[in-house]
Order: sequence, then structure tokens, then C-alpha cells
Amino acid sequence: MLSGILIFNQKGENLIFRAFRSDCRPRLADIFRIQVISNPQVRSPILTLGSTTFSHVKHENIYLVAVTKSNANAALIFEFMYRFIMLGKSYFGKFDEEAVKNNFVLIYELLDEILDFGYPQNTETDTLKMYITTEGVKSVIANSPTDSSRITQQATGALSWRRSDIKYRKNEAFVDVIEDVNLLMSATGTVLRADVNGQIIMRAYLTGTPECKFGLNDRLLLDGGAPVSGGKNGAGNSSGAMATSKATRAAAGSVTLEDCQFHQCVKLGRFDADRIISFVPPDGEFELMRYRATENVNLPFKVHPIVREIGTTKVEYSVAIKANYSAKLFATNVVIRIPTPLNTAKTTERTSQGRAKYEPEHNNIVWKIPRFSGQSEYVLTAEATLTSMTHQKAWSRPPLSLSFSLLMFTSSGLLVRYLKVFEKSNYSSVKWVRYMTRAGSYEIRF
Amino acid sequence: MAMNKIRGAFAVPRKGETYELRAGLVSQYAYERKESIQKTIMAMTLGKDVSALFPDVLKNIATGDLEQKKLVYLYLMNYAKSHPDLCILAVNTFVQDSEDPNPLIRALAIRTMGCIRVEKMVDYMEEPLRKTLRDESPYVRKTAAICVAKLFDLNPGMCLENGFLEMLQEMIGDPNPMVVANSVTALSEIFQTAPETQALQVTSNTLRKMLMALNECTEWGRVTILSTLADYRTGDVKESEHICERVAPQFQHVNSGVVLAAVKTVFLHMKNISPELNQNYFKKMAPPLVTLVSSAPEVQYVALRNIDLLLQKQPDILNKELRVFFCKYNDPPYVKFQKLEIMVRIANDRNVDQLLAELKEYALEVDMDFVRRAVKAIGQVAIKIESASEKCVNTLLDLINTKVNYVVQEAIVVIKDIFRKYPGYEGIIPTLCQCIDELDEPNARAALIWIVGEYAEKISNAGDILGGFVDGFNEEFSQTQLQILTAVVKLFLKRPEKAQGLVQRVLQAATAENDNPDVRDRAYIYWRLLSNTSDSNATRNIVLSDKPPILTTINSLPPALLDQLLSELSTLSSVYHKPPEQFVGQGRFGADAVQRAAIEEQIQNARENPLAAAAAAAAVSGSTPSAQAQSNVENLLDIDFDGGAPASAQKEPTSGMSGLEGLAGTPVRVQSPAVGSPPPQASNNLDDLLGVFGDSGAAQPSSSGVNGSNDLMNGFADLNMSGNGAPPQSNNPPKKSNEDILGLF
Repeated sequence: MLSGILIFNQKGENLIFRAFRSDCRPRLADIFRIQVISNPQVRSPILTLGSTTFSHVKHENIYLVAVTKSNANAALIFEFMYRFIMLGKSYFGKFDEEAVKNNFVLIYELLDEILDFGYPQNTETDTLKMYITTEGVKSVIANSPTDSSRITQQATGALSWRRSDIKYRKNEAFVDVIEDVNLLMSATGTVLRADVNGQIIMRAYLTGTPECKFGLNDRLLLDGGAPVSGGKNGAGNSSGAMATSKATRAAAGSVTLEDCQFHQCVKLGRFDADRIISFVPPDGEFELMRYRATENVNLPFKVHPIVREIGTTKVEYSVAIKANYSAKLFATNVVIRIPTPLNTAKTTERTSQGRAKYEPEHNNIVWKIPRFSGQSEYVLTAEATLTSMTHQKAWSRPPLSLSFSLLMFTSSGLLVRYLKVFEKSNYSSVKWVRYMTRAGSYEIRF
Repeated sequence: MAMNKIRGAFAVPRKGETYELRAGLVSQYAYERKESIQKTIMAMTLGKDVSALFPDVLKNIATGDLEQKKLVYLYLMNYAKSHPDLCILAVNTFVQDSEDPNPLIRALAIRTMGCIRVEKMVDYMEEPLRKTLRDESPYVRKTAAICVAKLFDLNPGMCLENGFLEMLQEMIGDPNPMVVANSVTALSEIFQTAPETQALQVTSNTLRKMLMALNECTEWGRVTILSTLADYRTGDVKESEHICERVAPQFQHVNSGVVLAAVKTVFLHMKNISPELNQNYFKKMAPPLVTLVSSAPEVQYVALRNIDLLLQKQPDILNKELRVFFCKYNDPPYVKFQKLEIMVRIANDRNVDQLLAELKEYALEVDMDFVRRAVKAIGQVAIKIESASEKCVNTLLDLINTKVNYVVQEAIVVIKDIFRKYPGYEGIIPTLCQCIDELDEPNARAALIWIVGEYAEKISNAGDILGGFVDGFNEEFSQTQLQILTAVVKLFLKRPEKAQGLVQRVLQAATAENDNPDVRDRAYIYWRLLSNTSDSNATRNIVLSDKPPILTTINSLPPALLDQLLSELSTLSSVYHKPPEQFVGQGRFGADAVQRAAIEEQIQNARENPLAAAAAAAAVSGSTPSAQAQSNVENLLDIDFDGGAPASAQKEPTSGMSGLEGLAGTPVRVQSPAVGSPPPQASNNLDDLLGVFGDSGAAQPSSSGVNGSNDLMNGFADLNMSGNGAPPQSNNPPKKSNEDILGLF
């Protein structure tokens, strides 16, 4: 498996060098520096030199490199690297050169714990935080042998993600449904590709070892005729939560989920058999599931760009954008990036709402609309003046892209129907649901 | 401090970093000592040699501070080898720690002991390891399980004598899933390095235990167990069905490693079960595979390479999912290239319109490499789907009209292949001929010249066009020269009145003024053929004979290699599309040692299995992402072939070529044998002959398929060149055999 993990900064300085096997020599650090960091030609994340394979991921301003000499599992390597990055982020807030330099001892300690002889071990953040601590992360448990044996029980147990002794006075569970809607629209206005990558984030503050059941308006489940019983739920909170009972009524339609992936706490066997999502949640925040939907995607925005190149000296833009959701809702932080040719000298913009600015470093006109109410339509007209160039190269016209976030709306139409919590002590719990749709890669060609 | 003074009296430097660190390490204050240990580790990371501090660091090993202990252990692991004798001082602490009431410390001790690769330490490991393997805490047991693999790596004999393997095998039945997973991990590692130990033998009993642990252990453990299940050969259909049934739910796991491992397991066991169930599993498998395409780019890349393999075996599992593979503007190039290949693979007559529109869009982007591949993909689609050929040709014409230099060149290369399959598009030839001045790459020029020669009777000014090329004959690349020769001869045969002078001139230029033996030989052959008066049709029959039709220009791996790679799904091997032997070496790393080993390996591979090796190389080259990765290595190889290796290459010009050289009796064009599609090649010797005489014959279509991105093949190309292009004496025999062949006609 892995022979070692190395971390470099952008200059190629070796910040962390942790060998797990004897075949990971210090000299490898130089080889990676020369072959990858100082070589602009490299186009692949995997590089084999001789019999040594370097797999690298770039994050912030550091390179994370896994070294292996065997025919290792490439998917596992990259998953592990991303997990390592997640761990870093959760420990240090930001996982960059500075964080690595300031916490190198802790990073060695973490690596020692999450990899043994090059095989990934327990990488659950919450469990690790119980016994690998720093000033920022204090363990809830004192470092006595009995506690340690509890920790180790948890680190290896069937419920490696949950302690058994959690207590809350008020039992609450928050469910956030976050959808990234992806769109690729052709210049003629046909939708080439529209799909939704959704994730359901849960924050569970529940006592004991609760068994949860989670229901969605999943077409396969509804068609299967599974019993429908909305849980008793709390009222909406200030940020616009929605009681699930109400949601159930609203869900006249159902959603076809192309594919779902679950946190390891979910019993996959049960989902496979009768599509019931049942699990014992970790404490605190975690990603319960990811899903993908491609049918009946509601596009929150319709964009209609007209771009004309006038001779070789001028480009005229007229971009109209219309909100396609209910007038009661509003999107925030709507940003439209309109590409300009590389040789743009200056631009003039007029907008009916929001502000537009030319960003020469990105070759973009950036049009920002902080608040965009449903059903409204705004227009930008702009003109880019080009400098003449001796060697005229055709402009590749990269797509126009959009980013936004929209609460209380799901592009896929997904709704949470119920979340039921069963626990020995039979306490009642309060659940909150929130929906949000963001732009994933929302691109419109022109 | 007094200690320091005494030390100072000896030859230890008073100043400098080491001195300061040492002072800190022996300080009377605990916090100073800890700080110094940290600094020492920092210096170690930076690559400074701090091994001189070994005894001083070691003094700090007996501490209640877990963090400090870990640091000292880390230092020990790194420098144990430099002070093997002193390590003995640490043994006591390790043994004590391995009996500590705190399981974290017990585990830490056993984990670290295994990493101290010193003979003396190994001797003391037996007892602690035996105890910890039976520890009450699963955390310690799972750590000890891995430690057995470490011990085996150090001293296999001791591992076997003490019965650790048997203990490990028993631990597959451990109640704790993580212990099970780690035991399986350790056993499978031992089994791989030493198959004779029979360390990991899956029986129906262990199978049951692993399936139980599968649903409960960590995601990483699942990958291990799934991989083991995939390698298991089931006894009967029922067992296979059972495995598939239990594994399929793992498709829904969030970790792509688990998903791919599950896909692999089901895919391999599916062979044994009924076709209806097969269809069912294919249906279940498709959505998770597609989901992988929206993960992080590196993971995507691994997934795409694997999907490529799966599609070669099962072309229809994703045929409704074309849109998912559309390239995003910001996708890294290695992902884009791979997506292109997959799109071409799943193209069918229903989605082809969409695909073409998309490819055309890509062909107008700025990344030159990507654009070329997009254009090439259009050609591949045209040849794959007959009903779409007209649309493809029109798209290509549109692209040619953009007048972007590299687009035009690639389009012409592609169109040549299209002509080979659909001769009916000659109407576009005038458009092509207009671009003649813009072509500066040998490939594109050769392609256009081939077209002119092939349709000489229909192009009124063919003579003028070729005349222009003949004038500059000696400035052309040899590849183009060969095409000029052939085209002029074709023109002469079709319209003798127009090309009498031209053919004389070109033959003269090729035989008298040219250094390249390939070109010269071909010119001589033509000369002989043309001056043959006994049978005037002989030349026609040879040069203008019907060429075998092109079937596909999409690269595919040979079935045997494909099957091997499918059993390596999600490993590096599946990413490279190369069997693991080709890039995994047991040798030590040292720039020269590795290079030498790699070269030998390559040569060996080529010798043993010329076609597969070449095909594998070609297959990898088919997608630059990894080809790029490879090219570095291969470049290194090239250098060495030019330098030291040619001798061997000459003696034994086996490396993938020998078969053909024997058959054709001429120095063969380099690319042809490296082609990934053996059927037209290997089966038909005549094709090869035609390949030499007529024009590019059988070789051309397929070679151009592979050719477009032949970074990698340079490795082979160069090697062969040094075999062929070597001094005259090596050319004499082929020439003779040419004459023999000519005698036949």
C-alpha cells in the first residue's frame, strides 16, 4: 500500500515527510520536486517514475503526495488524501502551508493514527478528536486508562462514529438539504445537460444511541407503497425552516433519485432491500447522504445572452436573466460572470439591477445582484473595446457562468417527508428542515 | 548543565543548531526537552541529518507525556538504522509500554516496534506481539494484526515459526469488524509477497465472516475485504450469487474507493450467474459509476479510466448517460481527454447528433491538444457509426473552414481515414486541396498526399499538386516522402500521360539523393515494378489493389490484457491500462538502478510478448493524461536506448518487430506492429506486403488511430529505429529478400 505521505509547499519545500515503509527514501522528495512541482508539463495527478508512483492532490497552497511502490488502489489513495484534507480543515480551520508549519507535530501524530504500515485506519474526525488534541481541539475526555479504553472501543467499534454516553437536555436534529444545480446550455438555448448534485447535511444533538429513520419523496419508495407517516415536527425557525408535515402535503410529485450515496452510518443493506434510510447518527454535524437527480430539474434562472463581435475592435453584450421561481422567494449573492476577450482594453456596462464591474485579471465582467426576487427579470448591456493585436487569434468564447444561492427551493423537487428518532428512553425530539439550492457549474454558452 | 560542560570538553561542537538542540534535549526542564524534541523533528523533516542526537533523544523515551512519547518514537523510526546498537536501550520501554493499562499506549508501542527495522529489536518483538494479538482491546488487536505484516516483511522465518500467521488467520473470526479487516489486510499482503505461505485462503467459513464484517467495518476496511472477495474464486453459482447480493448495496457508499471495489467484485463474480441477474446488476452499477464523474478531479480521473475498461468489456452499460461525460470548461485536461474517449465509446446512432454538436464546440476551444483530440473523436465517430458519417464529414468541413491551422491539419488526417471506409465523399476533395499551403506537419501532409494519390483520376490538377511536393522532395520528412512516392506512382498508373516526367523525377530523387533506406527501398521497388514489361498488370494489381476496409479507429485493448486489467479494477494498473509487472519493481530506488530495471523490464516484456506489450504501451498512449506521466519515464528510456541499448536492439531486433520483419522482408514502418488491433494485422500476411508496396496498406488505418497521440510510442519507436536505421549491413538482407519477393510476381 502507501509507502509514505509527503507535503510540499508551492516552492517545493518539503514540509512533512512521513515514511510508512522502508522503501520510501528521503531522496524521493527531491524527485517529486523536480518532476512535478518544477515541471509545468505535468498534466496527470498520477506519475510513475521507475517503480515509484506519486499520486498528488493540490490543496490551497500545498501539495499532498502519496508515494507507493506497489500496484496500489488509486481510488482509495485519492479518497484518503481528500479525507486527510478534510481532517486538516476540521483541525486547523484551513489546511494550508501556514497551518502545516504551525502544526507539524500534530500532523505527524494524525498520520501515525490514520495510517498504519500504509493502510488507512480510522479517519473519523470526531473519534480522532477525542484523543488527538491540540490547543484548539480539547478532548472531552481526560487521559486516564479507563477513558482511553472507551476511546479505543469507539475507534474500532461497529459504531466507530458515535460515543455511547452523549446527553442533551434538549434533543434536536437539523436537516439541511443542499442542492448544487449544474447546467450546460448551448448557444442556441437548448439544455445540453442539467442535473442536480444534492447533499443532506444533518446536525444531530440527540441523547444516547438513537436509531433514526429518514424519508424522502423518493419515487421508488412512494411507488413501492411504503407506509407514509409524517413525523411530528417543530414549527419553522427564523431562517425559513419548513415543517415536514407541511412538506408532505406539498409533495404532490415525487423525485427520481438517480443514485444515492450514504454516510457509513447508514445501513446499506436495508436501503438496498426496501429503500429505507435507517441509521445511528454521529454526534454533531455530518453528511448523511449525497444524491443525484437528472429528471425534471427546475432551473432557477434562465439566462439569455446576446454577444456580437463587431469587427475586431468591439464586442457588444446584452444579457437578460430571469428568475424562474415563485415570487415569494429570493436568491442571494447572484453573480454572473461574462467572459471578455483577452485583448479587452476597456468596458462599459449598464444594468437594470445590481452592479457590474470588469475584472481584467479574470477576463470577466462580473455582474452582482445581492438580492434577486422570484419572477423578476434584469438586463445588462455592455460593450468591450478591444485593442488591436498584431497576431489576431480567434476568441474561444468560454461559457458565461452563474453562481447564486436560493433558500427554500430544491431544483430536483426533493422534500424531506419525515425523520423519526427511536431511542430506548423514548424522549421526544425536535427536527428542523432547511432547503437550499446553489449553482454548481451553471454554464451558458454563447 | 554540568553534564553539558563535561560533554563540551569532548569533540562536540559548541555552536550550531545541533549543539543547541542537544542542550535542550538534556535540559532539566521538561518543557524545554519537549520543545527540543519538536525542533529535532522539524530539522529531520527539512532533510537535515540529526542522527547524532540519537542518544539524547532516546533519553526522553520514558515519559508519561503521550505526545512527547510519540515524537520520540517518530524519531526512533527514522534513525534506528543509524544506531542499531543503541536501539536496545529503547526495548525495555517498548516492552513495558506494551503492557501499559492504557490501550492507546499499548497500541502505540506495538505499532512503533514494528517500524523499527533493526535486527535486535525484532528479537524482542515476539512476546509483546503475541500478547497484543490476544489483547482485550480491539484497538490493540487491530494494531497488532498489522504488526504481523511488518514482522513478516522483516523476518518471515520468525513470523512462521512463532505461528503468528495461524493466529492472524484465526482473527478473521474476531467479533470486532476492524480487527477482521486488518487481519485480512495483513494476510493478503503476506500472501502477495510470499504466495507459498498460503496465508490467505478464503473458505466458505471465512467468506461468511468477511461478509458479516463488510457492513460494519470502516470504509477502508471495506475496500480490503471487497478486494479479497473479488480475488476469491467461488465454488458454485449459489456462492457467486450470494456474494453479488451482499456486495451490491456497497454501490451506495460515499467513498469512491468502496464503490469501485464493489463494482469490481460484482463484475468479476457476475460471470458465473444468470444473464437476467447480470442485466439487473449492470443497471444497478451504472448510476454509481456516473456519480463518480462528479467527484474531485483526481478521483474522477481514476473513475473514468476504469469506466473506459468496463465499457470495453460491456459497451452498453452507460449508453444513456452521454451527457454526463460532457466536458466542463474548467475540467483539468486529463479529465477532459478521458471524457472524450468515453463519449466516443458510448456513441450510438441515437445520441450521435448531440455528441457531434458537443465535439464541434470543443474543436473551437483554445487548448491545442484538446482540440486535436476532439477532431480525432469526430473521425472516430464517423467510422463507428455509418449513418452519422455524412454529418461528421460536414462538421469536419465546417472546422476546416475556420482556417485554424492545427484544426485543419488534424481534420485532414481524420478525413483520410474516413475515405478509407466511405470512398463516396470525394466531392470534398477540392476543399481539402485548398488547404495545401497551410499544412506543415508531416502527418497532415502525408494524409493529404495519400488522398490526392488515391483519387488521382478525379482530381484534374493532381499532377500540379504532386509536382509541387516533388520539387521539395528532399526537404520533407521521410513519412511524407513515402507518401509522395506512392501517390506519384498511383497517378502515373492512372494517368500515364500526365505523370511520366514526374515519376522519373521522384524516383531519381528518392534513390539517388535520399539517405533514408526506407524511402530508397520503396523507390527501388516501384522502379522495378514499373520497368517490368512481361506483365503490365502486375504493377497495377499491387499498387492499386483494393485495400482492406477500416473497421474502427477507436483503440481497444487485446481481450487477454483487458481481462487481466478488469481484475485489477481501481488500482494503478487500471489507471495506466498496463499490467502491474510493467511499473511495479521490487528493486530499490536509485535513479540509475530504477532506470536500468525499467529498461530491462521493457525489453523483457517486449521479448516475451511483443504484441501485448506494444498494445499496452499504445493503449496508454491513447490517453495523454497518463501518457504524459509516462512520457517522462519513457523519455528516460529513450535516452538510454540511443546510448547503451542499441547494441542489444540490433542483435535481437525482437522488440515487437521481428515477426513483421520476417514476413515482409523489409524494414517495416515503425508504428504498424504497435497497433492495438491485431486482427487485420497478424492474420493477414498479404496485407503486410501490400502495406509495403501499395501504400500504407493495412498498417495505415490502424496506425493513425494509435498515432495521433504517440508520445509513449516514441519509446518503442526509437528503439525500433535504432534497430532498423542502423548501418547499411543490416539493410542488405532485407533488400535481398525484396528481390526474392519481386521474383514471385
